This record gives sequence, C-alpha cells and structure tokens, in this order.
Amino acid sequence: MSWVLDNLDVIAGYTGAHLVQALPPILLAFVLSLPLAKLANSRGWLRTGVTTTSGLMYAIPSLPLFVLLPGLIGTGVRSPLNIVVALTLYGLALMVPTASDGFRSVSRDVLGSATAQGYAPGARFWQVELPLAGPVLLGGVRVVAVSTISLVTVGGVLGVPSLGMLFVDGVRRGIAAEIAAGIVATAVLALLTDALLVLLGRVLMPWHRGRKEGRS
Amino acid sequence: MNENPFVGALEWLADPMRWSGPAGIPVRAVEHLGYTALGVLVAALIAVPIGLYVGHTGRFKGLAIGAAGVARALPTLGLVTLFALLVGIGLTAPLLSFVILAIPSLLAGAYSAVESADPATVDAARAQGMTEWQILTRVEIPLGMPLLIGGVRGATVQVVATAMLAAYVGSGGLGRYIFQGLGSQDYPQMIAGSLLVIVLALVLDLALLLLQRVTAPRGTAAA
Repeated sequence: MSWVLDNLDVIAGYTGAHLVQALPPILLAFVLSLPLAKLANSRGWLRTGVTTTSGLMYAIPSLPLFVLLPGLIGTGVRSPLNIVVALTLYGLALMVPTASDGFRSVSRDVLGSATAQGYAPGARFWQVELPLAGPVLLGGVRVVAVSTISLVTVGGVLGVPSLGMLFVDGVRRGIAAEIAAGIVATAVLALLTDALLVLLGRVLMPWHRGRKEGRS
Repeated sequence: MNENPFVGALEWLADPMRWSGPAGIPVRAVEHLGYTALGVLVAALIAVPIGLYVGHTGRFKGLAIGAAGVARALPTLGLVTLFALLVGIGLTAPLLSFVILAIPSLLAGAYSAVESADPATVDAARAQGMTEWQILTRVEIPLGMPLLIGGVRGATVQVVATAMLAAYVGSGGLGRYIFQGLGSQDYPQMIAGSLLVIVLALVLDLALLLLQRVTAPRGTAAA
C-alpha cells in the first residue's frame, strides 16, 4: 500500500498513456464497424467472409500481432501506434459481426414504413436504423472497451508505456504491491469505462431504459 | 535494419538447427501445447460442472455472468507476473493464471449449452419419466455440445495467448523466442516466434471449430 501512495504520480502517468492507447481503438472500431457491417450485410458471401475472418483474427494472440505490425507498417517495436492499430483490428473483429447482427435485427417492415413516410436513405439510416440497432451496438462496444483496456497492458513487455509497465517493473524489482496496483487500476479503468458507456446509452437511447440489455 | 525482417524471420525458421535439441521448435511447441492442454483441462474440471449446474437449475446465473464479466476486465499479464512473484518460478504460477483466465469462457459455454435446449424438449423428456440426471446427460448436454465446445475454444484461444506471456516469467513454450529476440534486439527472431505462435493458435482454433461442427446433433442447425 505504501508503494501505491509513494508512486501515485507514476500510476497517473501510466494511466494517461494507457488511455491514449485504449480510447482510439475503441472509437475507431465502433465508427469503422458501421459502414463495414452495412457493406457485409449487403452481400451474403461477404457476410460469411467477414464472420470467418473476424473469428480467425480473434484467435491470434495479441503479443505476436504487436510484434509483427512494426515490420508491416514501418513503426518502431516500442511505438504505441502498433498497439493502437492491433487493438483496432481486434475491436473490428468483435464489432463488425455484432453491428451486422444489430442492423439485421431491425425489422424490414419498420424500414419500409420509414421509406413510405418519405425518409431519404441517409435520414432513414441516421434516424431510424441506427437508433434501433443502438442497444446491440452498445453491447458490442462494451465488450470491445473492456477487452481493449485489458489488452493494452500486454504492450508493457515490449516496453510500450501503459499500466502494463507496473507489471513489468513490479516483477523485475519484486514488488507485489506494484503489480497488484496495476491489476486494480486496469480493472477499475475497464469497469469505469463500461459504466460510462452504459450511462451514455441511457442518455442517447432513453426509450431503451429498463428493458433487457442486448449484451452479447 | 538492412534487410527485410520478414526474410530474416524465414531464414531463422529455415535453419535446421532450430528444429532439434532441448530448445528447438518442436520441444517449445510441445511445451506450449502441454501448458494449454493442462490449463484448459484443470479449468474445465472446475468450470464445466458449475456451468452445467447453473444452466440446468437456473440458480446463481447472475453471479456466474457477473464473475465472467469481472474476469474479462482482469489483465492477463498482471495475473501472470503477480503469481510468478508470489508463488515463484515454476509451472504452478502460470498454471494458476491459465486456470483463472480459462474459467469464464468454459463457464459461459457450459451454462449457455444447457440453457439452449428448448424448454419444450426438456419438459417432454421429463414427462417421459427421465430423471434430472438423465435429462442433463442425454438431452441437454448432447443438444448443447457445440456451445460447450465453443466455450472450450474460447478458453483455448485465451490460454494459448497467456502461455506465451508465461515465458516472460521463466516458463518455456514458444513465447521464449519472442522474449529472447527482444533481449538481444533480434527482430527477425521475434517475428519468427510470433509466426509460430499464430500458426499454433489458428490450428487449435480451426480444430476446435471443426469439432464444434462435428458434434452438432443431426437435425439441429449448427451454432
């Protein structure tokens, strides 16, 4: 405990670096998954392909991917950019099939009535289809957020600064409290982000409150 | 780097020296598979009976889902390093983290497998005079087998990845090549080690996917 109190500034610094690597992938995975899922839903074979690729992508352990990316995109082994790109790929692997399911769950009749009422295709997407798919999308983003925040720590073994450095440094110096602090900080960060997403969902989708959540 | 690191990695892999001896690729791969099998097996012995119980009775379901959610937020590397420090170098520390990380998928797979059985089918079995045990073993488990294997698949993917991190705290397995390469700034070796782990993970995943398809009972749609 005294280690934690003496090193609050270190923990705060790593938490900041952690968020810088975790938030872009979560946001990017969400934003990119929408057009990709729409595209996948437009062709049957594409949808099967996307589902298969996502499954395989998810089976690839994170550390080897962190190691391969610098050779593929020309960054340094210790660059946080590798982590961001790799975690965006994982996020997409989780999010695209979820978003695809979410859009498919919107009833064709509802979309048909919206068109009959005079919605243009763009307005129909933003004002009808996206909000109705919202709860499923939220469920997907929550899973992506929690797993992304946890995976950022793996970069620590390569020397990319994040809360994972507390594990690397703790095991090297034999300070169990430092590792425990890292575990707690990462879990709290993940659970706080999750709670924030739930709150955001309540604000953006007030009609959904109190009903069962579309958790996958 | 003067040459393409991927060419270097292929040269590293093509060297016959790498494929023999106590630190050779076959030995490391078998170590890696052994850790994975042991971790998933021990976790299954704990999680599957609990999952089947939760699924069959519907009791403690919220607790099981909550525990799985919290476990997903736990950083793998944190558990591996913490146990290494507390328990010491050896197989116990990594095994403990494998088991903890494999339990959520196995638990979820087991209870969703049992839950997936159509309630009408389960009632029909009960009306025919089957005991609860018979309903579980002859109706619910066979029908949910693909989901159960799906849980094993998720756990395996998780443990294969964690087994690599275990090399960081002194265990064997394919992760060794990555950390040795990191220590000696040998990027091609790191790539070679990464490719080996990726191949192993994909082969295991595809094998279990196949098993999932094969175990789907005839007459039901594959999960």
